Amino acid sequence: MKLSETSKDSFLKPLFKNNPIFVQILGVCSALAVTTSLKTALTMALAVTFVTAFSNVGVALIRKVIPGSIRMIVEMTIIATLVILVDQLIKAFSYNLSKQLSVYVGLIITNCIVMGRAEAFAIKNKVSDSLLDGIGNGLGYGAVLLVVAFFRELFGFGKLFGIVVFPTVQNGGWYVPNGLMVTAPAAFFLIGGIIWLVKTCNKEMQDAE
Amino acid sequence: MEHALSMFVQGVFTQNLALSLFLGMCTFLAVSKKVSAAFGLGIAVTVVQAITVPVNCLLYNYVLRAGALSWTGIDALASLDLGFLSFITFIGVIAALVQILEMTLDRFFPPLYNALGVFLPLITVNCAIMGGSLFMQQRDYSLGDSALYGLFSGMGWAFAIVILAGIREKLEYSHVPKGLRGLGVAFMTAGLLAMAFMTFSGM
Repeated sequence: MKLSETSKDSFLKPLFKNNPIFVQILGVCSALAVTTSLKTALTMALAVTFVTAFSNVGVALIRKVIPGSIRMIVEMTIIATLVILVDQLIKAFSYNLSKQLSVYVGLIITNCIVMGRAEAFAIKNKVSDSLLDGIGNGLGYGAVLLVVAFFRELFGFGKLFGIVVFPTVQNGGWYVPNGLMVTAPAAFFLIGGIIWLVKTCNKEMQDAE
Repeated sequence: MEHALSMFVQGVFTQNLALSLFLGMCTFLAVSKKVSAAFGLGIAVTVVQAITVPVNCLLYNYVLRAGALSWTGIDALASLDLGFLSFITFIGVIAALVQILEMTLDRFFPPLYNALGVFLPLITVNCAIMGGSLFMQQRDYSLGDSALYGLFSGMGWAFAIVILAGIREKLEYSHVPKGLRGLGVAFMTAGLLAMAFMTFSGM
């Protein structure tokens, strides 16, 4: 199958150029909250990708029959249903993980990425393009999550995916864990730093005076 | 009284919705460029939060949770556990209440509507509101506690956004490195604020 130019665009753009987190400023809440370890970040990334992709498909499928005035409610219902599915699945197969993610799985409903993409893209585009756009946005979000989680878990606990990389002092190793990394402020600093880096490398993203 | 005070410190400072639980970040960063706008949104969030959390608490305790329907006296209903419906119920309640609030303000308090009106639709998708209800469910608050929690956590959020807006207004006049301008420095500022709020956790 050869992808058309727009399909390719709708998939690739959100990965970097139009990244939901640092360009569109969408879905920042959970990006900060679940990134203390790579495992939670990965689960969250997959969950959001799934929800964005299929809510986009759902909205695109019925975009021609939704009356304009109630489209928000329809979108919200589609999203909420998908999120309930994800939540029940995580609870069923990995109960501990769902405890760690706490309320943030439920908060995918109000994650602006999902609603934003439904409203900005799926409501006026083909089903196939919407699916790609959803996956692209989910992955773009996931990529940032994983980068932040990588630093926070590595420097905060000396581990990656729960596997010891730097043996910590408590366990007879040499690494003194950086307690700041696990706390809230570090998440802000890291995302701020990533935005800085990206904007410095890519001049056209810089804010005009 | 002591209990209420500890709820206050927890809601406003140690468990601040914006700075320690990262809720409502999208609007937190987008609307914190001017103090006046931040103040309006903060008030709107506090009002909606103080109403939706207790309402959702009632719904959860008398309709949704396992065995909650036993007050109906019908056995088939009493054995139901509708807990899995809580997400969709909460978001529905929030959307409906925001709509009702908007219409009431428009009809009876036009000046207030003019001040807050533009912020109300934003609130439906503000995760601080949804988060408040979900925390209520998770921590199993009673009706009184949830009313306090809604009010205080909303105030905490409002407090944080007004401070951030104040700082960002002043930042306009400083020389921020090019790439960091705008969003980047807002994140850094929020991080420093979060650190300041963390110090309250020793209380």
